[in-house]
Amino acid sequence: MVTAVVTSARAVAETVTDPELPMLTLADLGVLRDVREEAGTVVVEITPTYSGCPAMGVMRADLVHALHRAGFAEVDVRTVLSPPWSTDWISEAGRRKLADGGIAPPGKAPVRPSGPVPLTLGPSRRTASCPVCGSADTVEVSEFSATACKAMRRCRSCAEPFEHVKEV
Amino acid sequence: MAHEETVYDALDHAHGGEGQWAFGTGFDDPLAGVDTTVPEGIDPADLGVYCLMLGDDALVLCQRLTQWATNAPELEEEVALANSGLDLLGQARLLLARAGSVGVLGRSREQATDSIPDEDALAYFRDADEFRNTALVEAENGDFARTMVRLLVASAWRLALFTRLRTSRDPVLAAIAAKGVHELTYHRDHAARWLLRLGDGTTESHRRAQAGVDAVWPLTADLFTATDVERRLVEAGVAVDPAELRDEVTGVLTMVVERATLAVPAWPADAAPSGRLGRHGPELTALLADLQGLARQHPAATW
Repeated sequence: MVTAVVTSARAVAETVTDPELPMLTLADLGVLRDVREEAGTVVVEITPTYSGCPAMGVMRADLVHALHRAGFAEVDVRTVLSPPWSTDWISEAGRRKLADGGIAPPGKAPVRPSGPVPLTLGPSRRTASCPVCGSADTVEVSEFSATACKAMRRCRSCAEPFEHVKEV
Repeated sequence: MAHEETVYDALDHAHGGEGQWAFGTGFDDPLAGVDTTVPEGIDPADLGVYCLMLGDDALVLCQRLTQWATNAPELEEEVALANSGLDLLGQARLLLARAGSVGVLGRSREQATDSIPDEDALAYFRDADEFRNTALVEAENGDFARTMVRLLVASAWRLALFTRLRTSRDPVLAAIAAKGVHELTYHRDHAARWLLRLGDGTTESHRRAQAGVDAVWPLTADLFTATDVERRLVEAGVAVDPAELRDEVTGVLTMVVERATLAVPAWPADAAPSGRLGRHGPELTALLADLQGLARQHPAATW
């Protein structure tokens, strides 16, 4: 049941931003999975982007602090591991904010096969438009960047390097 | 300056005034809120040992990959190796926490989070003969080519396993595996592409890549042999028999090595489990001295 408490707690939780992508809220990122009430406690569910995401502890603390400040005394932030996070969960607003912040948003996530995962030996076929000049003529410099969730690209038109949230 | 204005007090205050165990990541339990009940028909002791096997593989390989920090041939590669290591560290942390949650330390999870978290107790305070990783991941890095061959073999094996573990009867293990699959896909592709560049590169890079393949191949001898624990857990629908991975893993590795214009060595004869039972070479002792030294010198340190 969606009570007034849940609506109000969810509004607070949805203002909390990601520690490493501060232009995005956890809700934009698809990391905030659920806000509900259980016997007077606000239960918040979050999911890690990658297994080793070092920001989970900070996210948890930020959510607890924000909800305490808003007057919710009992807060329980829980981790959900399944189903695994997908970049498809990043909201439209989140994608706009990423691009405005100079980070190319992800395209559609690849379909996850249920059997063996095919090997990809050729260069990555990922594409991304330059968040600075909008050119589609960009090239991947490295599949790994400052955080696990991003790749490094360079624009051939304006020569700017930029990050790209990898599709997973 | 007033005492309470020191940076340490500010940190302490930010965490509710309780000192934090200094070497882990503080108060955050990676399984917070996850239902850790063991389904009926699964032996918690076996499940704990299995999680140690898979967690130790990840922890030890992570440590090897991070030894390239400040030493990698180019900055992008250093970031790539550190990122792959971080993914493995995350998998290790979840798996060791899962092992702790089913009682491998002989204590309840609640006692753990108040002092040193289970996953940190397992990572920092076990001796080499208590580690369950395979010989493949503990071997020295060697040069960059050998490092990439080992990463290719280890991630091909682990990816083949994790795709199957997604349907494990232990829901926590299944969730950890499902999360790890896309990470391992990146690691395997990355290592495979490097092997193509090195094998089909200069005379020197070809020579080193072949030497790497020749050095790593014998380390696969025990990768496809199940321990008794694994056999029992296969019966219980929890684990995968590593023998089942052989065709997929050797198929992928043969294809990459051939495409890299390198010779595929003969596969070693199957060996009995060794590292999985706690028998290791001196390389692991040296690696653990590095990994654990500070935490063991200051076992009660808090900040």
